[in-house]
Amino acid sequence: MSQEPTNAAAPHGISLDQTRKIARLARLALTDAELAKAQLELSAVIGYVERLRELDLHGVEPLAGVSGAIRRGELDEPGRMLPVEALAKMAPAMQDRFLAIPKVLDEGGGA
Amino acid sequence: MSQTPQSIIEIRDAVLARRLSAVEVTKASLAAIERENGRINAFTQVCAKAALENAARVDARVAAGETPALAGVPIAIKDNMCTGPDFATPGDGLGYAGFTTCASRILEHYASPFTSTAVQRLIDAGAIIVGKTNLDEFAMGSSTEHSIFGATRNPWDVGRVPGGSSGGSAAAVAAGLVPLALGSDTGGSIRQPAAFCGVFGLKPTYGRVSRYGLVAFASSLDQIGPITRNAGDAALALEIMGGKDPLDGTTSRHDSPRLAQMDPHDREPLRIGVVRQGRSGANHPGVAAALESTIAQYVKLGARVVEVDLPLIDHGIAAYYIVAPAEASSNLARLDGVRFGRRATLAPGEGLEELYARSRGEGFGAEVKRRIMLGTHVLSSGYYDAYYNTALKVRRRLLGDFERAFEACDAILMPSTPGPAFRIGEKTGDPIAMYLEDVYTVTVNLAGLPGLSMPAGLAEVDGRMLPVGVQLVGRAFDEPRLLSIARRFERATDWHTKRPG
Repeated sequence: MSQEPTNAAAPHGISLDQTRKIARLARLALTDAELAKAQLELSAVIGYVERLRELDLHGVEPLAGVSGAIRRGELDEPGRMLPVEALAKMAPAMQDRFLAIPKVLDEGGGA
Repeated sequence: MSQTPQSIIEIRDAVLARRLSAVEVTKASLAAIERENGRINAFTQVCAKAALENAARVDARVAAGETPALAGVPIAIKDNMCTGPDFATPGDGLGYAGFTTCASRILEHYASPFTSTAVQRLIDAGAIIVGKTNLDEFAMGSSTEHSIFGATRNPWDVGRVPGGSSGGSAAAVAAGLVPLALGSDTGGSIRQPAAFCGVFGLKPTYGRVSRYGLVAFASSLDQIGPITRNAGDAALALEIMGGKDPLDGTTSRHDSPRLAQMDPHDREPLRIGVVRQGRSGANHPGVAAALESTIAQYVKLGARVVEVDLPLIDHGIAAYYIVAPAEASSNLARLDGVRFGRRATLAPGEGLEELYARSRGEGFGAEVKRRIMLGTHVLSSGYYDAYYNTALKVRRRLLGDFERAFEACDAILMPSTPGPAFRIGEKTGDPIAMYLEDVYTVTVNLAGLPGLSMPAGLAEVDGRMLPVGVQLVGRAFDEPRLLSIARRFERATDWHTKRPG
């Protein structure tokens, strides 16, 4: 039932360049070996899900979630907030009361 | 816990009657964990000191005349549910349960500042958290092998997986370490391990139990549910956990079902719908035998058995492996190395994008990366309609098929899994073979319905007896009837009393 990962040349196979682009979009730094493996595995899974195309789905409304009994139109009540100290404690790097990240803007401020 | 009662209702009654103290019950559970956990690796963290302190508090509540519904019941929590600093203390002898790791490098040292609603409701009812249980990283998997803590082993055969992703919870209950453990179920993660470990697992209707504090995998599918030894215990746990929560806007306004509504002596006529596609020739003979004997048992109990069709069951897996990764790729975007979790060390000249990509690349395991990439691909420009939107249309059709089936029956019966527990390492090299483990469970999540797995047989595999489960699915918010149908089966059979070894 399953496809061998070597089946990457299937019609819906994903190329190495595409795999690299997906990893970039997903903000995942991968090694070359990981990229090569991801290419094969993604191609196999995409090849598998292609079977949905054999169904006649004309006129079917997409269903993103089941919500028959779910509350609607109720206002959110402002609740207790976590103290800044609790949030700061979770952060990997802080500078004063702020989360520290690498510099985003070049010297001179041009983005 | 050999000398203490095994069911949560019996424990609660004994503690309220002062025949046993919460401290005694908790000590017995901790001793069992110390004895057995090295063999099965069910726990990621154990909090002995905090558990005993909390047990003493419960004893004080009982002495003061309170009657908490779970007084002194030791419980374990899947390690993807936030447990705040309230119940655990640092420097605990057996390990500090203050972390919520998701079995991931990226959250290895994450201490949540708050507690999930479902867990808090159990604590308020007098339950004692003894520790947190192992899972497939971020609940993505069917074997509890993808964990930074190593694989959990099936108490029935330690060469085999306990199922997943709530494998630690199922193994802990099966081995008698706790009578109740929480799992989460996005595509079968409560029911499949319950089946593999010979215990009872319930995935409630979507919206029944608050997801607040459950680390999100696929938000339109995830539900928290109980893993127990029997249907009555699961019913009590659901009664306490369920119901509206202002902190989760998707919780239903339906009241939590009352245990008393779930009457095992129920004489109401029963109609059981057997899924034609569930009687597949691809099932293991032990699964086929358990299914047929369950049908025969219900006939003996006076049920009318009808055949129902779920024609798209084989397409369910394909739809699920589009919808779930799509939602996961979005949910897991919050793990970026900035606000919490692991941050990668950057080389000189590297900037914010490298911080994100390197923290995530180092922090996530292979299966999580695979699903994030799959989700990113199916949502990306040019592919969204072909994959994601198509899967959502299939989801609509699946829900319609269930609704049609329920015109002819009160509960739907099919296998929980195609076979009993597989060997450790058997499927890790083949993602699709692993995904197909969920063939009977994912459609229930896509339709948002309640489903349970109950022990229904034993299968001989390589000279050892392994448990087999069957699955019952109910109408949305019809857990009282679903659980009472399960209890009628339990009253007539003894599969739920079988233990490993």
